[in-house]
Amino acid sequence: MTRLSWVALSVAAIMLAPCERGVAQDSLSQAVRIGLRYDPGSKPGVLVLRVPGANGDSIRAILQRDFDYGDRINVVAADEAGFPDAPTAGRNGNYPVYARLGALALVQATPTAAGLHVAVHDVAQAKVARVKDFPLSGAPNSREWRMAVHAISDELELWITGVRGIAATRIAYVQGKQGSRLYVVDSDGAFPTPVGDHAGALSPSWHPRGTHIAYSLVSSRGCCQIFIADLATGSARQIAAVGNGLNTTPVFAPDAAVIVYTHGEESGTDLFATTAFERGPARRITVGRGTDNTTPAFSPDGRRLAFTSGRLGHPEIYISDADGTNAELLTSYSFGDQNYRANPDWSPDGRLIAFQAQQTDGRFQLNTISLRDRSVKQLTSEGSNEDASWAPDSRHLIFSSTRTGTKQLFVIDSESGRWRQLTRNGGVRLPAWSPPLAR
Amino acid sequence: MHRASRVPTLVALTLAAIVGLQACRRKPTPEVVPAPEPAPAPTNSCDAACLRAREDSANRAREATEREAAERRRAAIEAAHSAVTATIYFDYDRSEITDESRAKLDAKVPVLTQNTGVRIRIAGHTDSRGSDEYNLALGQRRAAAAKRYLTDRGIDGGRIEIVSFGEERPSCSDDAESCWSQNRRDEFEITAGEITSVQVSSTSR
Repeated sequence: MTRLSWVALSVAAIMLAPCERGVAQDSLSQAVRIGLRYDPGSKPGVLVLRVPGANGDSIRAILQRDFDYGDRINVVAADEAGFPDAPTAGRNGNYPVYARLGALALVQATPTAAGLHVAVHDVAQAKVARVKDFPLSGAPNSREWRMAVHAISDELELWITGVRGIAATRIAYVQGKQGSRLYVVDSDGAFPTPVGDHAGALSPSWHPRGTHIAYSLVSSRGCCQIFIADLATGSARQIAAVGNGLNTTPVFAPDAAVIVYTHGEESGTDLFATTAFERGPARRITVGRGTDNTTPAFSPDGRRLAFTSGRLGHPEIYISDADGTNAELLTSYSFGDQNYRANPDWSPDGRLIAFQAQQTDGRFQLNTISLRDRSVKQLTSEGSNEDASWAPDSRHLIFSSTRTGTKQLFVIDSESGRWRQLTRNGGVRLPAWSPPLAR
Repeated sequence: MHRASRVPTLVALTLAAIVGLQACRRKPTPEVVPAPEPAPAPTNSCDAACLRAREDSANRAREATEREAAERRRAAIEAAHSAVTATIYFDYDRSEITDESRAKLDAKVPVLTQNTGVRIRIAGHTDSRGSDEYNLALGQRRAAAAKRYLTDRGIDGGRIEIVSFGEERPSCSDDAESCWSQNRRDEFEITAGEITSVQVSSTSR
């Protein structure tokens, strides 16, 4: 394209007004990133300019925090008075100012009637690289509104780094014992919200599209029955096909039609499957012959299962085909371990399984094991750490940890080891990271 | 007549009167001696009042015997109830029945054998170490182990329900072995029926 075309395109992009139909405008093809050049292994510096309007500070804070929490962007802060907010003022604009701060990209957001108009500038090229109108719904600073801003962060992160962010997600978890309650919290810790009113809820697990949560319920008469909560209505339905006895750790298959769970009666516990939403029989998956087989986790393609099995005499991680055949031991004894490895979760990109391993001091540490070469990497060392669940980016994990004294939820970046505390109330456990909740 | 002969006659008469009066006085007065108590005589010799008294004392004796028997029976039922509901404990991460548990389970067997209407629920628990979810399976395994011990000794499995609570119902919450050992347990609860048939012995085992 000629230089004149580029200029015309840029001008058109800047002067873009919200479309009458309210559909988000995108000046370039969806598949094209803005192509920042930065050293692999380093994070691109991104400056979020001050956002005007009554809720501008909120929007800016959420965008910056989301970028920071994603661990793929280095948020460049510049809040001193007189800092130029207008990139394109002057002959070359203020791009050199931004470049000196280490910013490779600028995010310029302007509130509109329907939401937010966002332009991302390439600082080195001194021009707007991409523009889009995003919708914002709900009252400002409400749970719905914040999720809409998170969706914007995630898409901007995709433009800038090539990886979609994980801000527009939630984490389900259980709080308390002797009447444990099911909660869902935003990925940044905002709006912890109870789900339904069952006391004794355990082991929440997300529907692949984030519309439902399956969980088990322990009553005064013992553990457990399995329920599916509809997040839109708040109502929960019991899965009758599982029968009496011990029924725990339900997980949706990636096709969302099937639920796999643990069922125990007289001798041992095994994995069973049944239909999630239609009436259907329960069918056996593992044949444990009196051993314990529990905590199933699907591979992202739905073809295999990982689970905890005591068939060796102590808990280890096994993988098998989804029908239970070809079961093989995945984990093995390492020096310094107790013989106790449990609670697998399969990364959404299929490469790694996260699990907890007990050390000789009795504490659990989180590890990942590669499906390709079975190499193991230890992720944690402080406190006792359990119940890891992958974020949709196959990089971050939510888990419970006693590293600050009481049991809380933490997020860890498996690449850098950086971690942050998510919850503040004690006695929090059994977390599950949702799929992306906004497209 | 001569005066001197009249004096000895007066003296003699006086003496005779005195002796005579004395003799009257010395005669014994008749005493009133009460008739002897009638000995426990054959019925045909006991009147209504005597019958009532006899019945009352027999009743009192029987009541005393019955009270003692009832007391011994009540204690035996209480002991049987305690034996059936006694908690058994487990080693860390294990579901095998320990020797101590064996004795407690052995004490449940005769009570359950003699009282076929009694149904129980065995609830398995764990301490708080280990995975919460794997502990639900471990609790189930502990309850199943106790059930199998009882059914191996002739108790009908249909009378025994097993459930697990995993680590969800701790009886204490300290992070120490003194508490963990209390939590690794099977609890026994009578869910139907009553203990009515007991072995009442005067000697204790």
